[in-house]
Amino acid sequence: GKYEYDLVVIGGGSGGLACAKEAAQFGRKVAVLDYVEPSQRGTKWGLGGTCVNVGCIPKKLMHQAALLGSALKDAQHYGWNIAQPVHHTWSVMAQAVQNYVKSLNWGHRVQLQDKKVKYFNMKGSFSDPHTIRGLTKAGKETIVTAENIVIATGGRPKYPTHIAGALEYGITSDDLFWLKESPGKTNRSFTVFCILPSGLNLLSCSFPLVKSALYLPNTPNREKVVCCDKHFFAYCDYCSLRSAMDFCKLWEQSIVMDYAHQNQLKTLVLASSKKAPDTKTLNLETVGVKTNSETGKIIVDASEATSVPHIYAVGDITEGRPELTPTAIAAGKLLAQRLFGQSSELMDYDNVPTTVFTPLEYGCVGLSEDAAVQCYGSDNIEVYHAYYKPLEFTVAERDATQCYMKMVCLREREQRILGLHFIGPNAGEVIQGFALGIK
Amino acid sequence: QEAAKYEKKVMVLDFVTPTPLGNSWGLGGTCVNVGCIPKKLMHQAALLGQALQDSRKFGWEFAEEVKHNWMTMTESVQNYIGSLNWGYRVALREKKVTYENAYGEFVGPHTVKATNKRGVEKLYTAERFLIATGERPRYLGIPGDKEYCISSDDLFSLPYCPGKTLVVGASYVALECAGFLAGLGLDVTVMVRSILLRGFDQDMANKIGEYMEEHGINFIREFVPIKVEQIEEGTPGRLKVTAKSTKGNQIIEGEYNTVLLAIGRDACTRNIGLDKVGVMINEKTGKIPVNDEEQTNVPYIYAVGDILQDKLELTPVAIQAGRLLVRRLYGDATSKCDYVNVPTTVFTPLEYGACGYSEEAAVEKFGEENIEVYHSYFWPLEWTVPSRDNNKCYAKIICNIQDNERVIGFHVLGPNAGEVTQGFAAAIKCGMTKEQLSSTIGIHPVCAEV
Repeated sequence: GKYEYDLVVIGGGSGGLACAKEAAQFGRKVAVLDYVEPSQRGTKWGLGGTCVNVGCIPKKLMHQAALLGSALKDAQHYGWNIAQPVHHTWSVMAQAVQNYVKSLNWGHRVQLQDKKVKYFNMKGSFSDPHTIRGLTKAGKETIVTAENIVIATGGRPKYPTHIAGALEYGITSDDLFWLKESPGKTNRSFTVFCILPSGLNLLSCSFPLVKSALYLPNTPNREKVVCCDKHFFAYCDYCSLRSAMDFCKLWEQSIVMDYAHQNQLKTLVLASSKKAPDTKTLNLETVGVKTNSETGKIIVDASEATSVPHIYAVGDITEGRPELTPTAIAAGKLLAQRLFGQSSELMDYDNVPTTVFTPLEYGCVGLSEDAAVQCYGSDNIEVYHAYYKPLEFTVAERDATQCYMKMVCLREREQRILGLHFIGPNAGEVIQGFALGIK
Repeated sequence: QEAAKYEKKVMVLDFVTPTPLGNSWGLGGTCVNVGCIPKKLMHQAALLGQALQDSRKFGWEFAEEVKHNWMTMTESVQNYIGSLNWGYRVALREKKVTYENAYGEFVGPHTVKATNKRGVEKLYTAERFLIATGERPRYLGIPGDKEYCISSDDLFSLPYCPGKTLVVGASYVALECAGFLAGLGLDVTVMVRSILLRGFDQDMANKIGEYMEEHGINFIREFVPIKVEQIEEGTPGRLKVTAKSTKGNQIIEGEYNTVLLAIGRDACTRNIGLDKVGVMINEKTGKIPVNDEEQTNVPYIYAVGDILQDKLELTPVAIQAGRLLVRRLYGDATSKCDYVNVPTTVFTPLEYGACGYSEEAAVEKFGEENIEVYHSYFWPLEWTVPSRDNNKCYAKIICNIQDNERVIGFHVLGPNAGEVTQGFAAAIKCGMTKEQLSSTIGIHPVCAEV
């Protein structure tokens, strides 16, 4: 044919790899370019994207480590005699998690090989609508041409650069999961502060492995914050919490660094809700792919097509889509099926279930109460809710005051469920089946 | 409790005939006292033991030797049960339901006699009656069974650690108990007459058995005990069990501290005067046949729960049936209890959640060529770091090809199986098809997304 490849995918993460592997199933000539620009602190990783390396996977494993810490406390109530002291060694956990992630990197490389997908560890950018220029770390250049191109470069954490010291002293999730040593010693002189506009997930990593405090300013997902933060307060040392509130006021006035020195801050973890999509270096203007001027994300239609007909985009890089691995994977697969497999099925982004893996997990699917009221009016909505106590909490004498669930329904006749929200242990496992029911 | 809402004059008679070893308990029935609740708590204790092992791989450090104290656990569990007993008494009082701790039996039409612990008898009449007496564990009928063996009725309040235990039976009661006892560090053997988990999907049952065996529980298959003798008294003592093969004349002997019988349960319908009012029971099983409105052959007498013939022996089913019955009798409701597609979970070391048809039942009903089975092994993310089995967790769905590949059976083997199964049961009731299942986005990373 005219072009070297039927499909070139830029970005070897959840969406990109799923799309590439699916296209290869149809016997197409496919290539994937994946490159990790090191973080501000120099952290980098292998093939697999955010989810595998600095997202879902290490997050859930560290969350599990923290849950096991609670389990150790519970176990004593259930008759297990554990000699004190019990302590946690970050490096043992980090090593185990990082080893597992590396096995996944390797697994992906093997899969690409098995499916005969060509893999380039290079940073891709557009030379012209059908030509991608790949650049290795050393500066070596490779040019590939493709009939179809999928951009799946995802996003990276955004630094609040208007605050002095953030860039020099702060780390992000890109770095947290790869730290070899603990981010903070567990004694009173060192405290880790997490600034979380909505990145609640990180808390489960740093707590209770280190003493931490948090700040949760108003966010659109008000209900998530309100329900979860009392729980965190219960866990956190109240005096450090106080300091955190003060700290954050100072933060907003940009005199954070003085305060940090006064309180001997060891590590500052920043978790911004806004991810910066990796579109700047792609050279999209040259080929005419339109992005949202405010967010920088690529604008796509219902079939994942950009403003340029043969150029597509999936995953976190796309405007208006949930930033989730399973949706990126599904969208990538369906796209490949439409391009090469005679399918016409479009991705359904409605009612996608998700879970926030905070110490007390929050699983949900469908509309939030606010969104439902906005959409249908509060007179047409009925909300059923209940507090409950997991049986396992009884003997363990754990606080269940935040274990709560609610169902947002239409008030008329059969009361169709618009949204389901559950806070409690194993929230993801609970919600998954109900997501099916809602569909 | 539901009837009281309609301002009916209601009385509850509850009485626990002590076990052969003298054990008894408070208000709440099997589930609360000697079933679901203590079972799940002890299962949780065993799971926490496993969590302790896992936690070392996640960086937690503590002394190598960790021991379990049976008394600490049992006391906590019994305290919680006590709070539930009390809670029920308070709830009944608040709803103005009269409660008598007395043994009830029919003596004539519309009349019951209530006999309390001290033998004092009273007579009561009522417009309607509901029989919900449940079941009690069955004994083997061999020498030494009632004198030396315990049942689930005794296990959850045993005032000493059971030690090396022989569990006789292959029901979910047997396997769940064997499972948590082993998880607490005890030496456990299960003696099985024929198959595991009769009535459940056998493919899944075998996987459960395999997992248990690989994790230190001994199985003696195709043997039944014929004699239990005491070698030494004690708490626990030492018992000698003699067993005979079901396939020949081979005899084996074994020594155990405790023998737990879990071979089945018998309905409590033989000694409550049903003959005096003409309520028909199945003579062989003791169970009461009812119509789809839980009515016996005597129009003013109803029945719910474990004693019903051909219905599921589950707490949530009994609760639902009881509530709906009352709403039909005293409210305007017409809905009947739906006994189809009831989800359930077996809390063995590797938990098993199921809803709908087993593979065998589906093949029998629809024919092998008309069903399609989709299945997958999976490795929970939480098991990766501690290097736990990567080929044991398993999920399968059974679909009816002729009906749009509608999902008619759901089976999952893995952690938190109950939590996973619950939502899928709702979806199955909605008539979910394979296509809908496949196109629903997964939550990542959790087991349920498989």
